[in-house]
Amino acid sequence: MLDISNLTCGYDSGFAIRDINLRVPAGEIIGIIGPNGSGKTTLLRAITRTLKPSGGVIRLEGQDIRRMKIRDLARKIAVVSQSAESGFMTVEEFVLLGRTPYYDRFRFLETKHDLQIARDAMASTDALRLKDQIMSRISGGERQLALIARALAQEPNLLLLDEPTTYLDITHQVGILDLIRRLNINFALTVVMVLHDLNLAGEYCHHLALFNKGVMHKFGLPEEVLDYRIIEDVYKTVVIVEKNPISRKPYVMAVSEAAKEAHRRQKMD
Amino acid sequence: MKNRSAHWAAALLILCGLLACVGIISLCIGAADIPLAKLFSALVQGGDTIERTILWDVRLPRILLGIAVGGALSLAGVILQGLFRNPLVEPYTMGISGGAALGVCLAIILRLGKIFGVWSLPAAGSIGAAAAIFAVYFLSIGKGGLNIRNLLLIGIMISFICSALITLIMAISKVEDLHGIIFWAMGSLEQPNQLLVRIALIVSVVALGVAYFFCLELNALLLGEEEAFHLGVNTETAKRLLFILAAIMTGLSVAVAGIIGFVGLVVPHFMRLFVGGDHRILLPAAWLCGGVFMVACDTLARTVISPTELPVGVVTGLLGGIIFIYVLCRRPEGKIRCSI
Repeated sequence: MLDISNLTCGYDSGFAIRDINLRVPAGEIIGIIGPNGSGKTTLLRAITRTLKPSGGVIRLEGQDIRRMKIRDLARKIAVVSQSAESGFMTVEEFVLLGRTPYYDRFRFLETKHDLQIARDAMASTDALRLKDQIMSRISGGERQLALIARALAQEPNLLLLDEPTTYLDITHQVGILDLIRRLNINFALTVVMVLHDLNLAGEYCHHLALFNKGVMHKFGLPEEVLDYRIIEDVYKTVVIVEKNPISRKPYVMAVSEAAKEAHRRQKMD
Repeated sequence: MKNRSAHWAAALLILCGLLACVGIISLCIGAADIPLAKLFSALVQGGDTIERTILWDVRLPRILLGIAVGGALSLAGVILQGLFRNPLVEPYTMGISGGAALGVCLAIILRLGKIFGVWSLPAAGSIGAAAAIFAVYFLSIGKGGLNIRNLLLIGIMISFICSALITLIMAISKVEDLHGIIFWAMGSLEQPNQLLVRIALIVSVVALGVAYFFCLELNALLLGEEEAFHLGVNTETAKRLLFILAAIMTGLSVAVAGIIGFVGLVVPHFMRLFVGGDHRILLPAAWLCGGVFMVACDTLARTVISPTELPVGVVTGLLGGIIFIYVLCRRPEGKIRCSI
């Protein structure tokens, strides 16, 4: 599906991700994790062509993305990012903007087909009930649903999400990720998402890519990547990794300074 | 959605109707009133009546110029506000009018009128506008393409520099030149050159057509540049073309009619309140409404204390500002629908 080889890409400020090699098989959910400033979002921006790589190639279904038209790319890759300004439009209008890459030069109005796809996208994300509401007046969780519906309206093969659960409470976090899992299964949608929460990443992703200081530190199954030695090394924080009793997925727990201190004293006694 | 198409068609019909009404009223009233009943016969009848001359040579060109300039300024306002996602941007905050005014001031004090005749002021205005546009445009092209925020700041700075230079010129110029400069700076739709009126109208209509091809890009740009790019919009091309289009329209308006403020700011906001922020309807609606507003203001300007004529910029500013504040305060949220 997506094939990233020897990618080097960065900003004027000097920060760059270096020599990234990553293969995303079709139909998988890949989680990108890592500390703040490790290059997760930079990778996403390279895949969407927002940033120009200084080296390496990104291939989508065998095609070099830099050789594709932006419009064709937008029909294959949809992005859910936190930066969208939406202001004063209804959810339906917002979702319909997802059809932008499908307009011809001489067509200005959406067809029945476009409307149907937008409607289906809203139905499958449970955003249909919101369709006449104003974007700026819905809650954070509902906004996330609208964003995903807009991405689905692009009829993509690859869905990129940048921290889709930030600012959400645990109900909505799980709701959104369950939805992404469902879309992944029902539409055979390949998903690459940047996540901050290691536990949610381990719970929902088939494979994880751990980034640190601009390089890919580790790629593998959640139980391979979420090893306490690796996590402590990358995040410089003491953690305990256990197994979720139901899903059998790794579960990372942080330990506070005070608890560590108390534990040490207990040991000494 | 079918509902929406009907809504849009109705809005356009109403605006066309308004434009026709304002046009007819503007034809009828003035220093010599021509009653409505006589209007049609006076327009089409052959011969060389006074009415015919007034209508064809004085009032009609003025109306057409009003539509052209009002439409162009409003369209430029919609485009710039959409591009910058900033509700306070208007054609004149971009330094374009400053450049044009500087050009005209220089033309007046250097007495270019004696050499080049009636074309000297519009030409000087266009050259000044073009110089300002190029300065703003090339100064704000950064490494990663056209930087929208820089563009805005540099535009404002160029405005300040131009107005400082104009003040300097006015301080050292002669009294008779001063009057010319001030009169031009206040703006007027009186344009004796018929060819210029026709050019302005054609350019304004063509610009609307060209801008319409970018309505979907403008809609996508409402979400931000990066988002628009994700939706398959070639943002660099769209930004450049739209900026140049807005600049041409502003330069043209300033060159033929002087500085008429406020239209490019208030009409786009006004239309967003009524037809919404979708550029597929907003572009033509704002163009039409700009024409209506400009012709109405000009009619008022030349009739309120006739035979003295008020500068049309005074009327657009007063009328537009007051109507706008009134509408804003009556809205329950009291908020500008600025982000669209």
